[in-house]
Amino acid sequence: MVQVQVENVRKTYGKVEALKGASLTFASGAMTAILGPSGCGKTTLLRSIAGFIGIDEGRILFDHEEVTELPPQRRGTAMVFQNYALWPHMTIFENVAYGLRLQKVPAAEIRRRVLKVLALVEIANLTDVETRKPAALSGGQQQRVALARALVVAPKVLLMDEPLSNLDAKVRQRLRAELRRLQKQVGITAIYVTHDQEEALALADTVVLMDQGRIVQEGTPQEIYLKPTTAFAAEFLGVSNQLEGEAAAGTLCIAGQPVPYAGQVRGKATVIFRASDIQMEDPSASLRPGTVALQGVLEESLFLGAHYRHYIRLGDGVVMADSPEPRATGPVRMVLTADKVQVYGEQ
Amino acid sequence: MIRRTLRMSGTLLTMLVIFGPLSSLVIWSVAEKWYWPHLFPQQLGFFYWAKVLQGDMLRALRDGFLIAIVVTVLTLLITVPLAYVLARLPIPFKPVILMVFLLPQAFPQLPVFVNSTTLLYRVNLGGKFWGVVLIHMVGALVFAVWTMTAVFKSVPETLEEAAINLGASRFKSFYSVSLPLATPGIIASTLLVFLYSLDEFTGTLLVGSPFVLTLPVYMYRTSVGYELQVASISALLLMVPGVVLLVLLERYMKSEYLSMFGRI
Repeated sequence: MVQVQVENVRKTYGKVEALKGASLTFASGAMTAILGPSGCGKTTLLRSIAGFIGIDEGRILFDHEEVTELPPQRRGTAMVFQNYALWPHMTIFENVAYGLRLQKVPAAEIRRRVLKVLALVEIANLTDVETRKPAALSGGQQQRVALARALVVAPKVLLMDEPLSNLDAKVRQRLRAELRRLQKQVGITAIYVTHDQEEALALADTVVLMDQGRIVQEGTPQEIYLKPTTAFAAEFLGVSNQLEGEAAAGTLCIAGQPVPYAGQVRGKATVIFRASDIQMEDPSASLRPGTVALQGVLEESLFLGAHYRHYIRLGDGVVMADSPEPRATGPVRMVLTADKVQVYGEQ
Repeated sequence: MIRRTLRMSGTLLTMLVIFGPLSSLVIWSVAEKWYWPHLFPQQLGFFYWAKVLQGDMLRALRDGFLIAIVVTVLTLLITVPLAYVLARLPIPFKPVILMVFLLPQAFPQLPVFVNSTTLLYRVNLGGKFWGVVLIHMVGALVFAVWTMTAVFKSVPETLEEAAINLGASRFKSFYSVSLPLATPGIIASTLLVFLYSLDEFTGTLLVGSPFVLTLPVYMYRTSVGYELQVASISALLLMVPGVVLLVLLERYMKSEYLSMFGRI
């Protein structure tokens, strides 16, 4: 159980500044997800912690001891890669045992620990781990082996670089829950990098949102989702609609329609609300006080299985709204509670 | 009906083009007496085969093989580490380095070899075994560096990172991960280099003869001297390693290597 601290880390590649002074503490024993779009610096940050990348400025500490200058071999981290990175010319057993062999652990002990960790990731019932090569396994099984290989060396920190991205949806869902259970069971400090917000919210104790080399927001999954502090955060999480508006005291004008507004933003504003928070009503129904109502025209609906996604024209833009029932095209009123409408001023 | 005829005649034509010249070699090698204007040899026999096997050709064959082996070993020793470094480590001027290796092939062969010959004679390596080895390596290194770099690049970097992450030194990760995975490609490069050296003609002719002969040069000399039977026999013998090696090459050369060719 090791606490990881990253202080003011900067990294530039040629002309691009991948990390612009990020500072972060990863609590010991917790699973922290680093979430963000491609190019936001999350992988760079992870690889700096692993030691594959040398940083230009800043410090990295494990339990308050500086590791910034240590080579990757000596940091005591273990990484799980997106493409599994299993060695195809070695058997499954050899793959998992590799780290232990490097540490010169005696053979009997290696055997015991490898079999134990394979049971932990639930592929102990696989016959012939000592003769089969990774290519004979499915993607999900390969990733379990990769996880076993990382866990068997009892690392200080477990680093995961989008480990589930290469797997299909069903396998991903299942492994997600298992990863969480495993991490809690072993109690290891884990850092999980992903661009999939659902994954980050589901897995993590703490979510760190990054954009363009900076940390945008840090908090529990609920905080990040329900109380995004910037327009970027609000837009990135959930299925969001982003519109331009004009804010004044008491009134917010969205696409030319005034709605009640109790916030502090004045002037040009970015208004963000989520598809799942919209209720749709007939335009002739009576207005309920305290709600935000917008008039639009429903143009199209797509059936997504669990619900319908309706595309509603509002001004010169299109708003997405989700509902379990289908709806006829035509004029419709969208209703939201005020707390679900996020308003951000010029930034 | 017409298509079948066309296809058959196409196949026949191809076979004629490929095997026609070769058949001439085969006939010459067993012709004891063949004078114009006869269409076929008057007398067939293995006289010339016997003569050849007792003579100089075996020495040329042996020397050719020996030189090829030495060239291959030396090229491997230089190229494997060099290619790994070029493939993995961020070295400045990488394109320049690779271009330097490509230069000898960029110029017409003859001027390059003629110049090299004068240089080698000046350092007293002309007409000597090691002179020929050096001139072979000029071409061999080109093949080897470009191919081997592509081979190492085709090993995903994450595989080495995974090893380093678990505590392996750079060298250990090279030895336990990159090298085993690059082995088929290294074998392919080895075969290419060996075949190149075995078949190399111009440089060997200029630098080596008349003291150091390889089979191609021997073949040339005998064909120029109107000993066509001997030339044909040498040609046939020279084909054997070529065919064998190309069959082996087909087994080891993977498309992944070719896709990485030239990517720096």
